[in-house]
Amino acid sequence: MLSYFLRRLLTAIPVMFFVAVFIFLLLRLTPGDPAQAIAGDQATPAQLEQIRESLGLNEPLSTQFFTWVGRMAKGDFGQSLISQQPVLQMIGQRIGPTIALALTAMGLTVLISLPMGVLAAWRHGGLTDRAVMAFSVIGFSVPIFVIGYVLIGVFAVNLRWFPVQGYKPLADGFWPFAHRIFLPGLALASIYIALVSRMTRASMLEVLREDYVRTARAKGLSEIVVLFRHALRNAAIPILTVVGTGFAMMISGVVVTETVFNIPGLGRLVVDAVLARDYPLIQAIILLTAGTYVVINLLIDLSYALTDPRIRYQ
Amino acid sequence: MKTFGLKALGCAALVASTFTALPVWAETTLTAVMQAPLRSLDPHLSTAQIVRTHGFMVFETLLGMDDKYQPQPQMADFAVSDDMLTYTFTLRDGLQWHDGTPVVAEDAVASINRWSQKDGSGGTMMTYVESIEATSDKVLTIKLKSPFAPLLELLAKPSPIPAFIMPKRLADTPVGEQVIEMVGSGPFKFVADEYRPGDQAVYVKNMDYTPREEPSSWTAGAKVVNVDKVVWQAMPDMQTSINAIQSGDVDLIEQVTIDLLPLLAMNDEVETGIKNPLGAQVTGRFNHRLPPFDNPQVRKAVMYALDQETIMQTAIGNPDFFQLCPSIYGCEVPLASDVGAEYLAGTADERMAKAKEILAASGYDGTPVLMMQPTDLTVLTTQPIVAAERMREAGFTVDVASMDWSTLQSRKNGWQPVADGGWNFFFTYWGVAGIWNPLVHSLINGSGDDNSWAGWPVNARIEELRAAYLTAGSLDEQKEIAKEIQKITWDDAFYFNAGEFKSVAAWRTELKDVPAGPITLFWGVSK
Repeated sequence: MLSYFLRRLLTAIPVMFFVAVFIFLLLRLTPGDPAQAIAGDQATPAQLEQIRESLGLNEPLSTQFFTWVGRMAKGDFGQSLISQQPVLQMIGQRIGPTIALALTAMGLTVLISLPMGVLAAWRHGGLTDRAVMAFSVIGFSVPIFVIGYVLIGVFAVNLRWFPVQGYKPLADGFWPFAHRIFLPGLALASIYIALVSRMTRASMLEVLREDYVRTARAKGLSEIVVLFRHALRNAAIPILTVVGTGFAMMISGVVVTETVFNIPGLGRLVVDAVLARDYPLIQAIILLTAGTYVVINLLIDLSYALTDPRIRYQ
Repeated sequence: MKTFGLKALGCAALVASTFTALPVWAETTLTAVMQAPLRSLDPHLSTAQIVRTHGFMVFETLLGMDDKYQPQPQMADFAVSDDMLTYTFTLRDGLQWHDGTPVVAEDAVASINRWSQKDGSGGTMMTYVESIEATSDKVLTIKLKSPFAPLLELLAKPSPIPAFIMPKRLADTPVGEQVIEMVGSGPFKFVADEYRPGDQAVYVKNMDYTPREEPSSWTAGAKVVNVDKVVWQAMPDMQTSINAIQSGDVDLIEQVTIDLLPLLAMNDEVETGIKNPLGAQVTGRFNHRLPPFDNPQVRKAVMYALDQETIMQTAIGNPDFFQLCPSIYGCEVPLASDVGAEYLAGTADERMAKAKEILAASGYDGTPVLMMQPTDLTVLTTQPIVAAERMREAGFTVDVASMDWSTLQSRKNGWQPVADGGWNFFFTYWGVAGIWNPLVHSLINGSGDDNSWAGWPVNARIEELRAAYLTAGSLDEQKEIAKEIQKITWDDAFYFNAGEFKSVAAWRTELKDVPAGPITLFWGVSK
């Protein structure tokens, strides 16, 4: 298992290198000028040229690339071209809200969608099943920003149960944190609740037809035990895959939720960086996101072995 | 022992009653949503409005500009010699940097030198300057080679790059490099630890700041700070900002989208109004170097085809917040005049007929016009669509190229053929404080120089007039020159002045005395 883990980690190196080369070239081929973002609309070409020179943007691409890679090898991801702050510091300021949002959304997804999916499979073809499927279609179809605004309109503006915007870190206390993260978490979770509940239902329907489920029922076990201990565990592998990749997608796809609820997270940071052509910051965030995908995929693979004893990695 | 105990009890009661009698101290925080997030800090390097406003929080200028457009003493009092060749500035008492060191004249010398390398009009000023010297710790002397009338106005101007004074060690930062340490002498101190670029900027009241004694007026006079802390919170979504001000999460929104004003009109706890009386002018810029707009008659056809009212109706909608005028300096500034009004006279249909007539006679061969359209800047997204339709109706072939603002800004600086990434026409807007006289107005540069602002028109007469403006001795003389310049910009179709709009701010009723100014001011206001 350990050697498998290490081998998978080693294979991530060329993946990350390819991502680094790709994103570096892609950004340089994209029109736009960081110097203009710094100097503003009214700057003259000579002023822009001075800024480009001081930022090293006039160096040949190969020089810029190897300088960047060389620095990264020493753990230095460089400075933001616009704010002149270290990019790791900027990411550090913003990653907390994004992880908190993604974890909240994933927690709500698991808490809501697994029982919904199991219930729909158990009552297959009945009213409950249809209700779950209808909810699922709505979750898929309605954009997150619409769900966000509806939640704000109902629960924050009208009922005043929650604040309309903003984020408090956990360090400020659990209640302030939970009070502000719940609505955005729920809005972000909506599409994943729809996805995972459908996946759970489909997977459970397969398993519920198996002989061992019939045997478990024949032994006189309660339905709860049959459903959650015997059926759900055997239906878990595709669900785990969706939950795992869903988490990675949340980390990289929280822009809309962060914007609607004004959460100062990584999603907004990367959009700002792209609009300002802040190359070092974009490169660092993309590499971080790619690394997150690699690690989460690895964790998903390892979790298979925990849920299914037949799976062993050599 | 017993006596001591009673005394102690009495003292405790006295102390307790004292605390009970005094109001409990609470920090006053004003939270504002600004028109753009603050991402860079150096106010000498950037022409962005948000960086300028940040600059006025932290730094000061030698002179301030009052609401009569007159330069007034701010950091320094001034005297001008009879021959108009020597300007003496004496720093007022009590000025000190946020790190506790005193402000000295050497700081001002270094700052003006740095500013003049960044600000176009500052650069022009330096061609008239013989020397700038600190003649003592408190006195700064500027000696000129020949009279330069707008010197005081330049040192007081609030836009596009004000002449902010920094400590010498910061002002010596090489040109092109950003100053990132925010140590100024202004009424607020920047809290670096709480700064999150693009998200949050925090300022606290500078307790060591001594305001001037004159009444406050724009950036001149007393800067009395009545709040302990100002937080600028970025909110990329205007609906979220509206929700936040209604719920009391924020106290002020610098610019509300006009469409959403009805939402706030229903709320008794929120007021709205125009706090920047200058507004901004929308301009459609031609690329004079490329066909078809290298032909002045073709440009003139566009001037008649486009219609100020249609464009402003589409972009702003509510006529309470836009104004139509031919003045290229802003509709309500001292140099404003009606010269060029004939280009805007008549109905849209009558003007379209004239545009068709001029275009037919111009020799236009159907060369497609590439019009750049920014898709991520709401205030400039609609104009290209309306303009393209009007131009097509006049007989032009128009391609609208959609792109983000960053791409447009970069692309506008190149004059290569359209097929190689060039352009013919685009809209932008200018705060009136950045165009209010011929010295600061970038769009009327007729030198055709590569280093001038995009568009590169060539007109020798306008260059003579711009030079004459610099030595004009009176406002009347300046006005006459400004009128002639305005006439040339219309006749030679330098660019299309598409009208002026005002920004509307919103604030909670807890805020009192929100001041007006050419930028959003955070002194004078109380909560």
